[in-house]
Amino acid sequence: MTAVAAEAAPPQPARQVIYRHSLAVRLTHWINVLIISLLLMSGLNIFNAHPRLYWGQFGADFDHPWFELSDAGVGTANPRGVTRLAGQQLDTTGVLGLSKDAAGNWLPQGFPNWATLPAHRDLATARRWHFFLAWLFVINGAAYYLIGVLNGHLRRDIAPTGKDIRPRNIWRSIVDHIRLKHPVGEEAKRYNVLQKLTYLAVIVVLLPLMVVTGLTMSPGVDAAVPWLTSLFGGRQSARAIHFITANLIVLFVIVHIVEVFLAGVWNEIRSMITGRYVIRMEGH
Amino acid sequence: MTTLSRRGLVTTGIGGLLLAGCDRVTSAPAVQRFIDHDEDLSFHAQRLLLAGQPLAREFKPADISPVFRPNGTLRPMTDAYQAILADNFATWRLVVDGLVTAPMSFSLAELKAMPSRTQITRHDCVEGWSAIGGWTGVPLSRLLGKVGLRPDARFIVFHCADDLANSGNASGLYYESIDLFDAFHPQTILAYGMNGGPLPVAHGAPLRLRVERQLGYKQAKYVMRIEAVDRLGGIMGGKGGFWEDRGYEWYAGI
Repeated sequence: MTAVAAEAAPPQPARQVIYRHSLAVRLTHWINVLIISLLLMSGLNIFNAHPRLYWGQFGADFDHPWFELSDAGVGTANPRGVTRLAGQQLDTTGVLGLSKDAAGNWLPQGFPNWATLPAHRDLATARRWHFFLAWLFVINGAAYYLIGVLNGHLRRDIAPTGKDIRPRNIWRSIVDHIRLKHPVGEEAKRYNVLQKLTYLAVIVVLLPLMVVTGLTMSPGVDAAVPWLTSLFGGRQSARAIHFITANLIVLFVIVHIVEVFLAGVWNEIRSMITGRYVIRMEGH
Repeated sequence: MTTLSRRGLVTTGIGGLLLAGCDRVTSAPAVQRFIDHDEDLSFHAQRLLLAGQPLAREFKPADISPVFRPNGTLRPMTDAYQAILADNFATWRLVVDGLVTAPMSFSLAELKAMPSRTQITRHDCVEGWSAIGGWTGVPLSRLLGKVGLRPDARFIVFHCADDLANSGNASGLYYESIDLFDAFHPQTILAYGMNGGPLPVAHGAPLRLRVERQLGYKQAKYVMRIEAVDRLGGIMGGKGGFWEDRGYEWYAGI
């Protein structure tokens, strides 16, 4: 009886291995991990040379910043790190404005040494690294776009379909994310709509915006392409948007890593290294 | 509790090692030399972009920064500068020599009598801040036309009066250099006026360079002598400028 039943309905495989990420996606992804980390760290070192942000064409010590990392009482018994944002003041002693160097001495400086490249105030070296890495970042990004368009990755995997962007589907995806419910079976073979929209925002908006706002700060590029500066509302605005966009990318990376852990850390990391991804089939 | 602190110790240790490793990598001379190639890429890319010699953006008087932050030296303390400042630059002369057919010198009055250019531009410091100011001065191309460049001249060097490193000898003197592409640009001027008045001492009186389309450290203040050369190697630290000798890019268009 049991034998017959088993013959009539052979058990479905509980898991299926699919080839999820192409070599191009995996390579450009990990190159980006390295480049963006170092770009961020060298960028923070550059920011430390003038840890204030302004809106408009100009902005210097006598003008009004909307964001500032500062210090107070250095040399007294109670030195403080102070972060000012849009008129609000926050005590950020130990991290922003005032932090300790490797030897344990207080250092009045925007971002702490452990977050910057190089790990000490060195604008000249940080700039060299930042611009060198920026070239690699542009080349790596261009390779990703080119391959992604040619092999259909962007259209097939990233661009949301008409069905994806139906309000009901988006709402269901939001609820699934809140419930930490991850898709199984056929559904798990594709990105969900929130995933697609997020990746799209990063690939098409945030990462290119970093390059373009960065170029806008260059006085040479400004002379050649002055409409870029007008587009962002001035050089200091472009600098502020560069900083805000960098923060949004850091925010994306944090959410991305949290999701990797929630969705199954080994499976996700393996799929980004070997390309192979295990999906659970429905009903098991 | 012990596990936590041990884990804390381990993470701090790993973090420290990574940082130390990072720093060792960034300070290795071979790595540094390799990284420095970014300057060639940026230089050639921008020269392509600027091939048509566009002007840097110019602003209206209403756009001028309420306070233009003076930077670097605010008042040179050398005896030579104190002497020319004492008579309000009446006996001071700008020397133009090097690889030129007729070396000359110019008094401030002679410079002011020459056709001038006034431009309101944005000054972008390498540190990240910007200030907008108006500059009036002699186009460098006019001075170079008067002395006549020899065919082997490739760079124009600006020797300044400020001893920025306070070295006691001449090794800390400020200097800068540009190539002929920028030297003959219409906005490259030697400014003796700022925002409608005379150039203040804090901004480089009697004469400062304005080479728009490059960062603030190229805008040499207290210019005393202009020298045409065929290479930068033999001058001061050999990298073409005070900050260049201290690690910054010679091409400061980015």
